[in-house]
Amino acid sequence: MMNIFVVYVENKPGVLTRVASLFRRRAFNIDSLTVGRTEKPEVSRMTITVDADCDQARRIEANLYKLVNVLLVENITHEPAIVRDLAIIKVSAAHEARSHVFELVDVFRARIVDVAPETLTVEITGGEEKIDRLLELLRPYGVLEMVRTGIVAMRRGRTASDGASTIYGAEQGVDRDDVAQSV
Amino acid sequence: MKDRKNKPTAGKSNTKTAKSANAGKTKSVKKTIAGTTEIKIAKKTMTGAGILWECLEREGVKHVFGYPGGAILPAYDALQHSKIHHVLVRHEQGATHMADGFARASGRVGVAVTTSGPGATNAVTGLATAMMDSSPMVCITGQVGSKLIGSDAFQEVDITGVTLPVTKHNYLVTHANEVARTIREAFYVAKSGRPGPVLVDITKDAQQGKCEFDWEAAKPQLPGYRPDLSPARKEYEQALDLIHNSKRPVILAGHGIIISGAMREVREFAERAGIPVAMTLLGLGALPASHPLNLGMMGMHGEAWVNHTIQEADLLLAFGMRFDDRVTGSLKTYAPNAKKIHIDIDPAEINKIVKVDVPLVGDLREVLLELLPHVEKIDRSEWMDSIDKLKGDSAVRDIQNLPDSGHLYAAHVINDLWHETRDGNTIVVTDVGQHQMWEAQYYKHERPRSLITSGGLGTMGFALPAAIGAKVACPDAEVWVVVGDGGFQMTMCELATIVQENLKIHIAIINNGYLGMVRQWQEFFYERNYAATPLLSPDFALLAQAYGIRSATVSKRSEVIPTVEAARQHKGPMLINFKVEQEDTVYPMVAAGSALHDMIRRPNPIVETAEDE
Repeated sequence: MMNIFVVYVENKPGVLTRVASLFRRRAFNIDSLTVGRTEKPEVSRMTITVDADCDQARRIEANLYKLVNVLLVENITHEPAIVRDLAIIKVSAAHEARSHVFELVDVFRARIVDVAPETLTVEITGGEEKIDRLLELLRPYGVLEMVRTGIVAMRRGRTASDGASTIYGAEQGVDRDDVAQSV
Repeated sequence: MKDRKNKPTAGKSNTKTAKSANAGKTKSVKKTIAGTTEIKIAKKTMTGAGILWECLEREGVKHVFGYPGGAILPAYDALQHSKIHHVLVRHEQGATHMADGFARASGRVGVAVTTSGPGATNAVTGLATAMMDSSPMVCITGQVGSKLIGSDAFQEVDITGVTLPVTKHNYLVTHANEVARTIREAFYVAKSGRPGPVLVDITKDAQQGKCEFDWEAAKPQLPGYRPDLSPARKEYEQALDLIHNSKRPVILAGHGIIISGAMREVREFAERAGIPVAMTLLGLGALPASHPLNLGMMGMHGEAWVNHTIQEADLLLAFGMRFDDRVTGSLKTYAPNAKKIHIDIDPAEINKIVKVDVPLVGDLREVLLELLPHVEKIDRSEWMDSIDKLKGDSAVRDIQNLPDSGHLYAAHVINDLWHETRDGNTIVVTDVGQHQMWEAQYYKHERPRSLITSGGLGTMGFALPAAIGAKVACPDAEVWVVVGDGGFQMTMCELATIVQENLKIHIAIINNGYLGMVRQWQEFFYERNYAATPLLSPDFALLAQAYGIRSATVSKRSEVIPTVEAARQHKGPMLINFKVEQEDTVYPMVAAGSALHDMIRRPNPIVETAEDE
């Protein structure tokens, strides 16, 4: 099953390597990993999707916590969350194909971001499935080039500090609360 | 004079002054015009190298194990102003093993120092060894100047990248003003929670650069590091329920007991609840071998009755152990009827190998202190009686009880060594292989930290350098190295370190002319195809003499005890080359991947004789 982890890490050199190395070392297979800035300059935020069963997911969480630079881990797989992927797709679209692509883009609430004599470039954000479906429909026209960011995700409603989950029911000491607040 | 020394010097300060003064602690008392006395803490300008040693001293370090080189030279230059004793090793692998041995013998953080590039990569095996066995260590490596990083400079290697998976954490320090906090954090991370090695890579310019040294301001800042987990109330209740309802429980006693210092609590727990205790290799000594509830070692070369006990148990209490494949055998058949309670400080160990019913994540000693008042006294004599029956004919099969065949067996050597040294303050440091298993079986450890051995990584070459670390940590202890002829030749260069440091360490080489454990596997599983296992060795006794170390060669059992005694009486180190039976086998043995109760046993001589007739 695909699990979505939101991981808050210290914004320091080498932290991405540590996280990536952990997944490689423990033979957990990353499906996608995105990393970027947050509302706090000293904290970076990763969204990691990984195919894992329930036990594996817990072990991934526990192993992430073993990294000294990891501040907080949330498994939001089963939480209401906003999950977004972004794709830029260059489609072959000359003559009558052009209007078909425009229609599809309209239906999917995507955007045309570049128009060239033989091609159209489409930008779409949304859940992975939505992007997959548009891609499926564009393929017959000829997808020349595509890039996807991998998903970023955010829990709906509650903030991260409310969601400071416990690993194996372990109660956190004072430190954990401090961290949660600082994040 | 004093005033001038303490004045914060602008720009170029006299480095000697800067380093020699005990910076930060120094208070300059200055008479003001009004005549009142004003005390102010002088912040000292120091080099990164000076700060390094100052911080090590403040962390309580008295000894480091190291080897100099270009990129760490500024640090070595500043060493002259430090009270720290530097042990010069002969190979950087030795430095990390020594720091590890130091840590295991004392419980304190061991420190290794090496230069960049090859110095740092040579240290990697020692880091991995310490990582696998949760040994607290700080390894300082020199690095090329920060401007040269990434340029493939001479002796440059990305050692933080290399050691990422074999350290608990690591640092690259590129400015002198990062040295103090990094060292403080490194020590804190190394010794807290589940201990482990931390590497600090310091560029040459960070060692040479100057900055204000302020110990107080350099407090660790580790917002993401939480070594202080503790179980939830309801998990304690669930655990107690399982304990009180079990009829055939057994405690699996691991290294965590010794690391946590929970020996007394484990003993009290076992006695109060009447639960027998099976030991892992690294757990040996956590409960005295002579304790009536101590069953002995479990696992691949554990006692047959111990493995049978685990297989027949209805409850396993895993205390600071991690269900290594060498103690479980096949997981499909492992303790099939047992519920499992797992107490471990590392949440990532829970359900990693064996699915457990109740996890208690926290420091073992603290968890046991919580549990102890609620543990009911239960009579389990029926269970203990049935375990006694499991012992069956084990005693008959024991090589100690076989008639003397005129051959010298390793088991006899170990047994005699134990007999002679058991009353003393003895630390046995073993290498890896057959001799290690025989040591674990026949040397009865009564005290924690009296056995030092590489368990998880199984590092050949560990024994000799680790023993040096142990002896430096515990100069009053009688330190014995038990090592095979193969492993000894991996790190025997450290004999010179023993002599240079004038350490009374005894070395017992269990010499069978083979890489014995590999040969045993070839005997059982590769149709006796002894590929690359026959081993030519130098005359170890002569070799020792070349180093100025007294030596003896023993090939008869009657000579064992007198030679051990001679070594003990001798004021310096001594090497004994025990020429033992070449093709002896460690019994019992659970083949890798077999069920834990499916053991290859030493033939029962009585049954065999009867069959022969």
